[in-house]
Amino acid sequence: MITIDKAPVPAPRDAGSAGGPLLEVRDLHVEFATRDGVAKAVNGVNYTVSAGETLAVLGESGSGKSVTAQAIMGILDMPPGRIPKGEILFHGQDMLKMGAEERRQIRGRKIAMIFQDALSSLNPVLSVGYQLGEMFRVHLGLSKKEAKARSIELMDRVKIPAAAARVNDYPHQFSGGMRQRIMIAMALALEPDLIIADEPTTALDVTVQAQVMDLLAELQREYNMGLILITHDLGVVADVADKIAVMYAGRIVETAPVHELYKRPAHPYTRGLLDSIPRLDQKGQELYAIKGLPPNLLRIPTGCAFNPRCPKAQDVCRTDVPPLLQVTEQDGTELPGRGSACHFWKETLHG
Amino acid sequence: MAEPRKDEAVDATPNTTAVETVGPVDEGAAVAAIEAPVDRGEPILQVRNLVKHFPLTLGILFKRQVGAVKAVDGISFDLYQGETLGIVGESGCGKSTVAKLLMMLETATSGEIFYKGQDITKLSGRALKAVRRNIQMVFQDPYTSLNPRMTVGDIIGEPYEIHPEVAPRGDRRKKVQELLEVVGLNPEYIHRYPHQFSGGQRQRIGIARGLALNPEIIICDEPVSALDVSVQAQVVNLMERLQDEFNLSYVFIAHDLSIVRHISDRVGVMYLGKMAEIGSDTQIYDHPTHPYTQALLSAVPVPDPEAREGRERIILTGDVPSPANPPSGCRFRTRCWKAEDKCATEVPLLAVPERFRGVDTPAAHESACHFAEEKDVVHAG
Repeated sequence: MITIDKAPVPAPRDAGSAGGPLLEVRDLHVEFATRDGVAKAVNGVNYTVSAGETLAVLGESGSGKSVTAQAIMGILDMPPGRIPKGEILFHGQDMLKMGAEERRQIRGRKIAMIFQDALSSLNPVLSVGYQLGEMFRVHLGLSKKEAKARSIELMDRVKIPAAAARVNDYPHQFSGGMRQRIMIAMALALEPDLIIADEPTTALDVTVQAQVMDLLAELQREYNMGLILITHDLGVVADVADKIAVMYAGRIVETAPVHELYKRPAHPYTRGLLDSIPRLDQKGQELYAIKGLPPNLLRIPTGCAFNPRCPKAQDVCRTDVPPLLQVTEQDGTELPGRGSACHFWKETLHG
Repeated sequence: MAEPRKDEAVDATPNTTAVETVGPVDEGAAVAAIEAPVDRGEPILQVRNLVKHFPLTLGILFKRQVGAVKAVDGISFDLYQGETLGIVGESGCGKSTVAKLLMMLETATSGEIFYKGQDITKLSGRALKAVRRNIQMVFQDPYTSLNPRMTVGDIIGEPYEIHPEVAPRGDRRKKVQELLEVVGLNPEYIHRYPHQFSGGQRQRIGIARGLALNPEIIICDEPVSALDVSVQAQVVNLMERLQDEFNLSYVFIAHDLSIVRHISDRVGVMYLGKMAEIGSDTQIYDHPTHPYTQALLSAVPVPDPEAREGRERIILTGDVPSPANPPSGCRFRTRCWKAEDKCATEVPLLAVPERFRGVDTPAAHESACHFAEEKDVVHAG
């Protein structure tokens, strides 16, 4: 009926078993042609994910976190979208250079995606069993009967009670948490190497959110999958991620292992975000608010995109785009996995 | 609805103070009572046994009622002048229905809402209009709660059409510009349309509209949940500043427990149309005694990886039962790890648990549980 568990910390897993990362995104650019000009949604994103690792991509709406995921998945609307530059290496092969059929073989089978809104991602006029079975029928060529049996197995795996009885039910007959489990089941169907979860729990209540995140972490451990978790919720990230990439205006502004980021942010934007969320375990005075608004992607500020909102901005910030620099301790020892795209990361980190 | 419920009766709640009703009076006296000021810390809004059942019907021509969705099923609370009362709960627990009932946008099935001693569910005419002026609302979604065909000036100025006594026609434009300035927008934006603003700015417009008639109470239904994190803080700070400036009382409804703690003086936790626990923010967050509150608090992800390692997490199984057919006895018993036979037969009253009665401890606040017990789930232990 209930589980009370102390410290359910997902232990840091081995970084890659067969050598080399599972997925590597290199200098990815994505832009959209709109009536008012070209919107630069992603401007040079780099990240890697290894098997068994959880990368959290954190950002506000319009930061390009979902667009990056769609580019990896190959479900970007093109046109109006366009990828002018960049590489997406999956097992060392550049997916952007592959043909449509080759990518289709990867999509769903090797890389799967979990969407935010389960109700609008599922087809309302088909039973969930049919939609789950589609994975087996299309990719593996199983018969209808076999596919249904496998669907029931999957629903059991994601802990949907009375799976055999509910396989012919329609999406509206399930609660929000159960629907999200079906989305997870669908993504897991072919045991992919990598799962991209785009705000998987944003639409759910906290008690259900905890159930779903636990399930996802458990299945990930079981199958040793790579997981890219896209979210805007700093709390969810702290609970499940191994490493974090913070995005702002289409760029990664900071990367760090999860503990480091919360303890000592090295970018003023990350610091601002951390200071602006109210805490459950302490009652503060006035909240720190990052002034201004996220930038318009049609007119990204010159230099550092964050400079109009940054309390530390100097002249150099308005002219030079800061690259993602390696962050070091005060004595010069490198902090592994940490980077900050700020001219004044030293002051932010140590000051 | 399997067993007859033992008490449909009143919750014995010391949290709520006795209502000083202003007997049946004529309209003029009622309006006068509504216009009279209330001292800080005195109850301004008193809700007693509020019930809202939505009927479930069968058939097209001859509709017969086959049941009811018990969205709100007997809740009582007080709102004091100048304070913020937070109401939290999962989706479907009835918190938005409470907001609509307080606004008189829905008629209550039974129960009373006293505003300065007047039962507003029984008012009509001039007196009701005066109440409506004094209780305003800020909605959740800043994208759908503003008419896209009206300019910002018209949106904020529209309340004056209905209550012209607040601002004479010639003054309105100036008033609207003042309001824009108060909420931190450029007064020159008066001729712009909602689509020209970002989400956070739109929510400011919604707040300005709520302030237009100088209300005493603002009901905020999830006012920041549609906004980005960095913008949320701006709007929350604005709301706190306005509360001091205009001496407002807020009912702040949200599902985000962290924000509710930040802004609220007192917090009520709702579950399936009932109040599970109510008390000051420290009492609820640091000394919760109801198992549901404990589970809810422990499930909130804390943005601190260090803290998560020492925290105990209570993961509830299953979903919230349907409000059309709530469990007998305690409504939480189907998901509760403490449930015993007693919970299935007796409805626990919202009252200070016996073991804490008369003891000077923060755990001594109202909690509707037979086996209330203090447990700190927020801080790493």
